[in-house]
Amino acid sequence: MTDIFFYIFATAALAGALGVVFSRNTVNGAMCLIGTFLSMASLFVLLEAYFLAVIQVLVYAGAVMVLFLFIIMLLDVKESAAKKTSIYTWAASLIGFGILVTGVVAISASESIKNKAPTMPEASGTSLKAFGYELFTTYLLPMQVTGFLLLIAMIGVIVLSKKVNTE
Amino acid sequence: MSIVIKRKPLNFLEKLYLPEIARGLSTTFKKIWEKPVTLEYPEQRPTIPEGYRGVPTLVKDPEGREKCVSCQLCEFVCPPKAIRITPGEIPEGSEYAHVEKGPQEFEIDMLRCIYCGMCQEVCPEEAIWLQNQFSLSGYSREELVNNKEKLYELGGTLPDEHFKWKKKKEAAEHGSGH
Amino acid sequence: MDVNPVILKFVYAAIVVSVIMGLCSYAVLAERKISSWIQGRVGPNRTSLPLIGGIPIIGRFLTRLGIFQPIPDGLKFLFKEDVVPAHVNKFYFIMAPVIALVPALTTVVVVPFGRFVTEAGEVIPLVLANVNVGLLFLFAISSLGVYGVVLAGWSSNSKYPFLGGIRASAQMISYELAMGVSVLPILIWVNAPGREGTLNLFDIAQAQNGFWFAMWMPVSAIIFLVCLFAETNRLPFDMAESETELVSGFHTEYSSFKFGLFFVGEYAHMVVGSCVFTLLFLGGWNPMPFVTLEALGFGEGILGAVLSVGIFLGKMCGMMFFFMWIRWTLPRFRYDQVMKLGWKILLPLSIANLVVYTIFIFYLDTKL
Ligand code: SF4
Ligand code: SF4
Repeated sequence: MTDIFFYIFATAALAGALGVVFSRNTVNGAMCLIGTFLSMASLFVLLEAYFLAVIQVLVYAGAVMVLFLFIIMLLDVKESAAKKTSIYTWAASLIGFGILVTGVVAISASESIKNKAPTMPEASGTSLKAFGYELFTTYLLPMQVTGFLLLIAMIGVIVLSKKVNTE
Repeated sequence: MSIVIKRKPLNFLEKLYLPEIARGLSTTFKKIWEKPVTLEYPEQRPTIPEGYRGVPTLVKDPEGREKCVSCQLCEFVCPPKAIRITPGEIPEGSEYAHVEKGPQEFEIDMLRCIYCGMCQEVCPEEAIWLQNQFSLSGYSREELVNNKEKLYELGGTLPDEHFKWKKKKEAAEHGSGH
Repeated sequence: MDVNPVILKFVYAAIVVSVIMGLCSYAVLAERKISSWIQGRVGPNRTSLPLIGGIPIIGRFLTRLGIFQPIPDGLKFLFKEDVVPAHVNKFYFIMAPVIALVPALTTVVVVPFGRFVTEAGEVIPLVLANVNVGLLFLFAISSLGVYGVVLAGWSSNSKYPFLGGIRASAQMISYELAMGVSVLPILIWVNAPGREGTLNLFDIAQAQNGFWFAMWMPVSAIIFLVCLFAETNRLPFDMAESETELVSGFHTEYSSFKFGLFFVGEYAHMVVGSCVFTLLFLGGWNPMPFVTLEALGFGEGILGAVLSVGIFLGKMCGMMFFFMWIRWTLPRFRYDQVMKLGWKILLPLSIANLVVYTIFIFYLDTKL
């Protein structure tokens, strides 16, 4: 049962992602992205990481993508306005794809995954309390780093959008 | 000259807005229990005030004579040309033969009429009246053209003090006219 | 009596959804009636069913109350001509009402309607899916509802719906934050150290057998309520619709059944919103502060369960009435006022509220 659902949602997520990349219409792209997020949330549910799933929907599908749509609609990006794909884009996508393939192959071939997968401890996302506890003890550093990244992004946005008086 | 009325600055409670909302809510809540001010139309009819200008109608005098003498003034004055009159003779043998004319056919197209009341104003015989009929509807254009019969039916009889034509006849007969 | 649990869930779901749909159609009637009472009118009072309407006094009373009105209302939506303008994006135009309705109905699954106490004193929530992250799930799914509005506005390909859609999305983002932050004090209290950690709506409601949360967290309650109005696009926050400026906003181009779906979606959203407010702040199915059903002697068995559902539904209907009452009292905010209220007042207020209550709860937990 879980397997079937996994394949369904994984396919949906991939199809959505491809849709984002290939669709000419920006609104179509945004909707595909939402589809991807929702399928990913479903995958989290299959992993019994309910909290993550819900947060995925709440933050990405529910808020971030609304903003995306808002911007797309405000800017009114024309379908034809999309530029012709330049050589750099092609090169970048090829390299990115190469890295992705290497990564997937490396991970799936690695010994530790093969051996440890069945003995993985119960996902700490099931119980909220455990999840929060882990987040603020074991994974404090990554958490802080992410926080800083977001802070930098925020400051960057403020700097970029604030009109500087050059007099 | 324009007058500028300064808005009063809001005090703290008004700025908070929540007390004002509560006030508004209490007002509307009180309204819920009040009697509705509307009429339930087909059953409850509004009282029509005197002098109401409803559908134009033709009236008869208390003797049952049609007052219109087919002078066609109303037809002439009617702004949207809603009135069409076919004048006719009054038969010799009639009691009112001396009136000379009466309408043979009298049509008011209610799809054109704008209820201005000009016809009533201009009529020398006070034969056409805008009365209290306010609701008029039909399924076809033809239905909404009021013919003479319909007009008299709607109009009915109005009191008359003068009996102008009667006096005229008497005067002519007894030779004591002015 | 071995019924497949999946099938059983389907049956429950069908029941709950049809109850919600019924509530929605009667909410429409209530809206019409309440608006007319407030405005000194009579409201729908003619529609009658042949048999029931003929019963001497009751039939006439029900007819005057407009009890049968939802039937023709619904039929009207079904049988009117469904116009799809030539200039729309067909796919999204048809999708939009569905997207608006589905999240509103989905959120119902985590809303507990009451509780059932077995002989052994075990408390069983009457809910379709008793998930641990219930509250977050509810927020997450209901935030998807805005796509219906946004897509409707965009796909209609005409000015007014477009403006409505844009406004809806901006408003949604602005108020979701304050809404989320305003319930945090409750979660902190419910999840305080030493207690079972939970985001479950049932547990939150059960935690209010003393003070209701609205009583000792009034600021949270008010912020949450205001945001609820904004999230459900109800007046005074019906930016998406604002029929006096935008014709009728995002659903200007919609007709017949598609329009009906939007309508039902809005009311379903309202029903769920009222349920959530009741659960979070108004003590769920506790009849009075400090008085539980158990204390009144109605704890166990079917009677207790029915009473709890009844009390809960009663409170929910009260909230629905409040929604409508507000709608027919207040004028609509201007768009910039909405933004200002959301970002400059509610958000800072909710954060301040959170800080104050965090300290307060910490004090309560450590010193007492
Ligand atoms: S209704 Fe009056 S104005 Fe019109 S034709 Fe008759 S007498 Fe003349
Ligand atoms: S009321 Fe005015 S428009 Fe109507 S018939 Fe008389 S003159 Fe014509």
